[in-house]
Order: sequence, then structure tokens, then C-alpha cells
Amino acid sequence: MWRRGLAAVALLSPLVLAGCGGGANTQNSLAPHSHAAADITNLFWVMMAVSFGGLGLVSGLLILAWVRRGKRGFRAADEDDPHPGERAAWWVVLGMGVVFPLAVVTTLFIVSDGLIINVTDAPAASRTALTVEAIGHQWYWEFRYPGTAAVTADEMHIPVDTPVNLVATTDDVIHSFWVPELNRKIDTIPGQRNRIELYANKVGVYRGQCAEFCGLQHAHMSMLVFVQSKAAYRKWLRDQAAPARSPATALERKGEDAFLNGACSSCHTIRGTSASGFVGPDLTHLGSRTTLAGVMLRNDPAELARWISEPQQVKPGNEMPDLRLSAAQLRALVAYLESLK
Amino acid sequence: MATAVYEDRLERMWQPRPGVLGWLMTTDHKRIGLLYFWTTLVLFAAGGAEALLMRTQLIAPNQHLLGPATYDEIFTMHGLTMIFFFIIPMTTGAFGNYLLPLMIGARDMAFPRMNALSYWVFLGSGIFIYTSLFLGMAPNAGWFDYVPLANAVYDPGHAIDFFCLGIIFNGISSSLTAANFIVTIFKLRAPGMSFNRMPLFCFAFLAASFGLLFALPSLTADSIFLFLDRNVGTHFFDVAHGGSALLWQHLFWIFGHPEVYILIVPAFGIATEIIPAFTQRRVVAFPLVAVAELLVVFIGFGVWAHHMFATGMPTITVVFFAAATAVVVIPSTIQVFAWCMTFITGNARFKTPLLFIAGFIFMFVAGGLTGIMFLAVPFDQQVTDTYFVVAHFHYIIFGAAVFPIFGGLYFWFPKVTGRLYFELPGQISFWIIFVGTNLLFFPMHLVGLDGMPRRQYTYPAGLGWGPDNLAETIGSYITTAGIVLLLANLVYSWFRGPVAGPDPWHGATLEWTIPSPPPEYNFAVIPKVSSAYANWDYEDREEDRRKLEQGAMVLEQGHEQPVSSTVDGWWREIVEMPHDSPWPIVLAFALSLVFLFVLLHLYTVACFAAGAVGLTLLGWHGEEPQESEA
Repeated sequence: MWRRGLAAVALLSPLVLAGCGGGANTQNSLAPHSHAAADITNLFWVMMAVSFGGLGLVSGLLILAWVRRGKRGFRAADEDDPHPGERAAWWVVLGMGVVFPLAVVTTLFIVSDGLIINVTDAPAASRTALTVEAIGHQWYWEFRYPGTAAVTADEMHIPVDTPVNLVATTDDVIHSFWVPELNRKIDTIPGQRNRIELYANKVGVYRGQCAEFCGLQHAHMSMLVFVQSKAAYRKWLRDQAAPARSPATALERKGEDAFLNGACSSCHTIRGTSASGFVGPDLTHLGSRTTLAGVMLRNDPAELARWISEPQQVKPGNEMPDLRLSAAQLRALVAYLESLK
Repeated sequence: MATAVYEDRLERMWQPRPGVLGWLMTTDHKRIGLLYFWTTLVLFAAGGAEALLMRTQLIAPNQHLLGPATYDEIFTMHGLTMIFFFIIPMTTGAFGNYLLPLMIGARDMAFPRMNALSYWVFLGSGIFIYTSLFLGMAPNAGWFDYVPLANAVYDPGHAIDFFCLGIIFNGISSSLTAANFIVTIFKLRAPGMSFNRMPLFCFAFLAASFGLLFALPSLTADSIFLFLDRNVGTHFFDVAHGGSALLWQHLFWIFGHPEVYILIVPAFGIATEIIPAFTQRRVVAFPLVAVAELLVVFIGFGVWAHHMFATGMPTITVVFFAAATAVVVIPSTIQVFAWCMTFITGNARFKTPLLFIAGFIFMFVAGGLTGIMFLAVPFDQQVTDTYFVVAHFHYIIFGAAVFPIFGGLYFWFPKVTGRLYFELPGQISFWIIFVGTNLLFFPMHLVGLDGMPRRQYTYPAGLGWGPDNLAETIGSYITTAGIVLLLANLVYSWFRGPVAGPDPWHGATLEWTIPSPPPEYNFAVIPKVSSAYANWDYEDREEDRRKLEQGAMVLEQGHEQPVSSTVDGWWREIVEMPHDSPWPIVLAFALSLVFLFVLLHLYTVACFAAGAVGLTLLGWHGEEPQESEA
């Protein structure tokens, strides 16, 4: 048992170390970067220690039975003494099976569901400084910043050390908003506006993912939370709220033309142009994003070209059709979209 | 001398029809139990193959063995199969059917023809649901089947219709079985077996049966609502028209959580029979354990919403269900320590069945401890829908339900086949399965804490999830090897094993008082019972033998079976049990047609099929057995 526990700790240690940095390459619930996530993590370590104690206790009893086995050989049940040691055994059952677990679960209940729950619960209006809306779609996240025109997809930005009121809703089926290093998860339920507090104590990038099964591409519905200094965040929000920049080169103009007159604009919005579809994500500042397709692909011209030209190979089942663009059209389209900083 | 005469007379009276027809028309609980066993074994193989496909797909990041559409079908079918088509029919259908009448000294179930009907309906529902997989339209929204994902907008076609109808179809079988068990336990106990003298196995099956009977209606209603929403245009779950998406979840988990206990309590029952036999010690704190078996199911009805802590329910609701979840811990800890103390105060012999029970206790405690963690709402909200939960409930379902099933297979193998299995390969199979399952399920805790959500058909490289997943996949192969060894041992032993005799383990309960395999009539003499460990009451067994000599309490005038009073087990009357009947299988076939035509939206034709069901019932009741003179 003891060795088993040690093995578990050994298995866990790389996980802990990996979590220390935070960032886009982990999604580790034991690497907290907010007081809510930290409380949950600490709670877990205590529960884990107690659990290994409990498992050790029961394993110890089984091993004790094994040690005592066979010494007396086979002996048929004794009719005269059918309950050897019954009295002492009753005390063990009542003590270890009733009193002790009752004390443990009561303590756990008070600490977690009386105290810690206040931190992880939906925040009171007075507690938060800013609201962000996260809207789940099959299969990407849309983020809106009420009071501004800013709309992004898959990548949200928040200021550091600021309690954010995150409102989670859905455009279609149930999803679950989850950035484990910042807080617990919250489902997006049709007809409900569920809320949690999002808070980060350190500038950086935090990875999150839809946690409720939402169909074919549930596996590829991730998100990144960029935590910025307050000044950098204000600048980012101002840029995002602005309409798209106009094409600067001939190639970009050709790309814009292809976008607005082709199929793209029936599903996507680019603020400041006539494109106002709402099936797919808002692309007004696509060039400022670091990833594509639910954090599946890096946002560079090659990956973007692959995503546009064979969307059903990259992410089977998603809403984007294979448009059969010519190579020239594709090049222009990519140049235009990447220019939308 | 006289003994042989009476046994001969019983033999003639209970003679089954020969050949295949005898199996198709059987009402013998032992034959029905075996039919259940073979059918669920095939379905277990299917569910296991699905698990291996998933594990192979997830062996490394970005694999392409299965596409997303196939993966979704496979993980849905794995869940449905293991819960509805393996564990429930294996414990209640196979173990319960075969053993429960033997343990209470009865000659059959209370309603033998209904028992046959349960099996044939179960078989029909199994074929029904697996037809969907072969047609490429298997349910694909998870066994939990949340709306709106499962409604007609997001999942058009027949996949979810197969789910709804298959669930209702299967539920008919389970409900019939549950009702049959309850009446059998209440009325068919051998005279003298008052409730406090009933084996713990029977308490467990009583608890599970009540659980099924009260939990299933919620799921059935849910499935009917969904079918109507999808096909008739109702709006039970449609938020835009005043319905509620969470209604599905509530109704589902009102069934779904008791279901967890329905899965494991029969396994507790198996454990409470294996432990006395291999420790030669009556279970410690018997009344407390009996009450705990009943309580765990009862309290289990009050905890369903802990599956929904992340749905944004009001805090007060969440905290209430967390408290209920805390309470349900206690009946389980009582049982664990009662089992452990029986091990210690008894004279434990670690033969294969007891090894599986020791492994079960370890796995159940491990899974139970992570279960306790979920009453900490913030932690639950952090890890729900991740692999941490997958780890938790596989420790419970594989560890606490399947381990005792394996232990029970070894334990009752000599009773059913009349032969002993081979001990050394048996013990090796235990250790392979024990190591394999821990390697399979333990890393799931780690990868879940590391942020890996459930139900994803693949995962990206670079998040550190690869090594844990590789270990899990290797564990799944090792587990499979152990199960193959287990089955090979049993199959070989069936033909070549040493003859077992009636009681190879010096077992505690009544099934060990009769020959192996048991005769058609089970008990030549209706046994005398004065404790829950009847086979260890040597004077009572002596008395039975004397009675058989004299022909007392033999009841060989027909298919005779005494009926007792519900609580105290006092002699009430003798009833005549039915003989073989063609009607159960005919009725199940007609019912299958009803579901088939509803699936095809041929509602008028379905009405005709329902009429055929009615006609069958007429035929069924046209041959009621005659009232006995006594």
C-alpha cells in the first residue's frame, strides 16, 4: 500500500512540475493561477492524503487477514461459536464504518460546501469589475465584451488581477466553459445565463476546453485566455472594437473581393464590410489571433490556407463547406484575412 | 430406499421438454439463468471490444483508427452495453435467476413464465439495439444522451430513436425481472425462513429489485418524451417553446444514480456469500449489513443532482445534494468494515473467488474515496466531465461490480457445472486482471486532473496526456488477457475439471445442500431453515434427509411449491407452478415487432403488432395452471 502511494506521488510529480509555469501548453487543474483554483487544488491535496490513508487502512485489514490465513488450516464453521470475535468486530464496524466516516464527510462538507463554495460560486455583481460573455457554438467559442463592439473567437483577453464576471451561454447544444488553472467549469445551458468569476494573478496564456460532450468535434473546442497587463488589455480591447482595416495591397483587395462576393460572407462577419453572416466566427480581427479552428491550428498563412481549402479533412463535421477555391483565390483570401490585425 | 422413489417421482414430474424446444419454452429459472448468462457474455464481449477500440484510438495523440462519428457511436454503445446489456442482466438475470430460488429453498421463481418473458424481451432489446450498430446508425450522443444534442435538430436520423426505444424495450425486461424477484423473495422462501434468516445475497437482490422498479419509470418517461419531441413535435425539452433542457438531465439521473447502486448492490450480495464460504465465518454485524444493503439503494434515490453540479443550479440545491451524497457514504462504509472484519475474525482461505472479493473491496474503497471527493462541490465542478470521473466510476463499476461477478463465476461454477475449475490459473487470472485494471484506470485520475475531458475522440500532442493514455491502453490489453484466461479456465474445466460434488467449499447457503448441477426440481425436500447460514445448521440438514426417507415435505403431486408469509416465513399454502410454455417467446417476438414498427414510424402497423401482443396474452392466460387441492 505504502509503495503504491509512493508510486502515485511519483506519477503525480511531473504533473505538478509541468503546471508551475502556466501557459498554453498545460490545462492542469493542480496548477492554479487564481484564488478559486488554488482553493480547489489545496482541497484536493488534503482529500487525496486522507483518501490514501483510508485506502491504506482497508488494505491493511485485508493484508492482516492474509497474514493470519491458513495458519489454522481449513476449519469448518463452528456451530457452537458461530460468531467468533463478534463483539469487537461490531465496535470496529460502528467506529470505522459509521462514526469515523461521518466525522470525515461532515468536516469535508463544511469546509468545501460551506466555505470554499463562496469563492467558486457565481460572483455577486459588486465583486467583479468587467463582464465577458462566452457563447458556445458547435465547435468554437465566441467571446463578446458588452459595452463595446469587440467580438472574438476561441481566444479571449482579460486584464490581470481583475475579477471578471464570465457569463456562459450557448447558441446550440450544451457546452461547458472550463479553464482549469483559473476556476472550476460552468455548463452552458439553453435558456440559462450561467456565471462564474474568472480571475488570473499572473500575465500569461491559459488553455481551456469545452468539457461537456457536444458532438463530433467536442475534442477540438479549445480556447486560450490571454491575461494581459491592464494597459495592454485596454489597448487590445480598443483595437478589437474597431472595424476591420481596409485592404492595403492589390492581393488583399482581391482577397476581400473573393470574401465578400463568394460564399464566405454568408456565414462570417467582418465588421466594417458587408459581410454579416453569423454561422461561423467573427473574423474582423482574424489576423490578430494566434490560433484557428478551436486552437487546432497555428494561425499562419500555410495553416490558414489548409483550413480554408480542406475544412472537412481538418475538422470533420464542422459547418464550413469545401469551397473549391482556385489557388489564386486562396492565396488572395489568405493574404486578406491575415491582414486583418 | 424410499429416498430414490421420491426423487424419481419428482424427476418425472419436473422433466423438461427435450432438445431445443425445451430451451425455447423453458420456465425453469436455472435454464433461464443460463440463457441470460450466455447472452450477456456475448454482449460483454461486444462492450469489451468497443472499449478496446477506444483505448487503441487513444493510445497516442492524433490517431485515426476511428473517425469522430464512429468514436461517438462506439463510446455510446460501450456505456449502454455494459450497463443495460451486461451488468444488470448478468447480476439479476444470470446470477439472481439461477441462485436466488436455490438460496431461499424454492423450486422456481414466483412467476416462471414472466421470468421467461423477461429473458426473451431482453434478447429482443439486445438484438434491437445492436441492429443499429450494424446499420451504421447507432446511438451517438452518449449513454446519458443529453438534449439538445440528442434532439432531431442536432441528431437527425434514427440513431437516437434506437436509443429511446431500445431503452424502453430493455426496461420492460428489467421491470418484469425486478417484480418477479420481489414477489419471489417475499412469498417463496422456504417455510421457516423469516426475514432475519434470509441470506444477505437475497437482501441485496431485494434492494436492487426495488431500485429498478422505482428508478426505471423515470428513464422510461424521459425516453418517451424525447421520442415524442423528435418525432411528433412536442416540446418537453425545447427551451424555445417553454420546455427545459435540464428536465432531461433530472429525469435521467433520477434513474441514473440509483442505477449505480442497482449495478453494485447485487455484487455486494455475491461478496456476502463468497466471504462466509471462504472464511467459514458468518458475516460480521449481519443485521447492520442487511439494513445497509437496503439503505444504500434508498438513499441513492436522493443524490441524483450531484451529476449536475456544473449546470448552474442554485447554490442551495447544490448544497442539499452534496449533503445527501455525504450520507450515502455511511451504508457503504458499514459494509466494507463488516466484510473486512469477517475476513479477520474468520479463517480466510484465499482461493480465487475470495481473491476477487479482496480485490473488489480494494477497488470499491478506491473508487468510493474519489466518490466522496465529489461531495466537495467546488472540486466536483473542477473535475466533472474529465477522466478523473471516468477513473472513479470504472473503479466502482469494474472494480465493485465486475470483480464480484468474476469471483461469483468461479465460486458457483462447481454448482452449475458439477465440476471444479483449476485453482492456479484461476489465481493467475485474478492477478492479471487486478494489475491490468489498475494500470488501465489509475492513470485516468492523473490525466483528468491534468485537464483531459471525457468523450473526445482524440487529443492534441503537447499537453502531456500521452504517457498516461499509453499506460491505460496497455492496461486494457492486460485486463483483456486476464479475462480470456479466466474464460479459458472455465471452459476447459467444464469438460476436464475434477468432479465437484454438492458442496466443494463447505458453503453457507441452501444451494450447497443439493447436488451439482441441481436437479430440475431443486429441492427434493422443502428444506428446514433456522438461520441465514442454513447449510451450516447440520441438524436441520439431517432432518431433511430423514424427511425425504419418509416422503414428508416432498410435494411430488405436481409442480408444487409452498408459499410463506411475507415477513415471518410461516407456511401459508401450496401452489401449482406452471409448466413449459410457448407464450413468453411468442409474446416477446410480437413486442419486438411493435418496437420495430414504431422505429420505422409505421404507427398503424405497430398498432396491429400491439394487437398481436394482446392476442398472445389471451392465449397465455387460457392455460392457467389448475389450483392445487391442498
